[in-house]
Amino acid sequence: MSKFKKKTNSSADIPTASLPDIIFMLLFFFMVTTVLRETEIMVKNVLPRATQLSKLQKKSLVSHLYIGKPKVTSKYGSEPKIQVDDVLIEPKDIVLWVQRKKDELDEVERDQITISLKIDQEAKMGIVSDVQQQLREANARKIMYATPERIDQTSGG
Amino acid sequence: MARSTLRGKNEINAGSMADIAFLLLIFFLVTTTFPNDRGILFTLPPKADPNRPPPDVTKNDRNIFKILVNSADLLLVENEPLEDVSLIKDMVKEFVLNNGRNPTLSDNPKEAVVSFKTDRGSSYEIFINILDQLDGAYNEMYGERVGMTGAQFRELRNTPNKTPEQRNQYNTARGKDGPDGKVTFPKNISIAEPSKVGG
Repeated sequence: MSKFKKKTNSSADIPTASLPDIIFMLLFFFMVTTVLRETEIMVKNVLPRATQLSKLQKKSLVSHLYIGKPKVTSKYGSEPKIQVDDVLIEPKDIVLWVQRKKDELDEVERDQITISLKIDQEAKMGIVSDVQQQLREANARKIMYATPERIDQTSGG
Repeated sequence: MARSTLRGKNEINAGSMADIAFLLLIFFLVTTTFPNDRGILFTLPPKADPNRPPPDVTKNDRNIFKILVNSADLLLVENEPLEDVSLIKDMVKEFVLNNGRNPTLSDNPKEAVVSFKTDRGSSYEIFINILDQLDGAYNEMYGERVGMTGAQFRELRNTPNKTPEQRNQYNTARGKDGPDGKVTFPKNISIAEPSKVGG
């Protein structure tokens, strides 16, 4: 009996020496894929979904613009607002903002600036159109309506 | 003395290493957001010249496919009310590919224009739904010209570095192979400035 006991005792625990390695592998994966969010979104932002999507190739050319109801309604009111970078702005400030964004790019790439419009699905077309007029004014004519893919695809295409 | 006691167990206790790594892992798990830069691409028209009045529309009425949306998100397509947004895709395809057969639809794809007008009070959601339909209609038509489905054509369009064959195929589909570089199958989607509330 004592012989048996000794045998089982010797191989009882699982070697955990490789556990840190496994965890580190996972860790590195997430470290590499992580993009730390540089701006805090201050507006409600539920994007509508669509099917005919394109993917942007050059991330450096993209600037994001958010439209939606402010999350803090007591401070900013409940009307949809425009947010760029970290501030809420008025439509007339967009031209300036676009110029600043263009200045950050190389000279050859300035005309290719793409504005990604992240607009809440409950926003009205009025404010969207105001923004587009300003973007035309600022000569930033490439825009993308950011939309996640719709899952229930009834009409394949 | 001290040396003799340490002998035999001079390795770092690595048991807590996993815990430290776990903590870091959880931090990155929580902060990770997978960026999805995807959406519907669109190019705005150039800035209107204040010295030049807007050009008169000389197009024949049959060549314009009108979509109107009012502030209650109700649709008027070709002067008739429409409930189901998903019907627009097939209507647009029929309109563009008519080639003069039906006198109420377009003369040819080159002349055909889809005019889309919303109200300032319309929701952004319905705007995207309709724009998606229009894009889908044109993608399917372009795909059919080179024997592809709409989804396959979309994939071809999104390929960043096209091989010469792929580029040829793409240009054929888009009708960019006409004489003197003229586009024979343009994607004429005109988005008018929204009307004031109540329209």
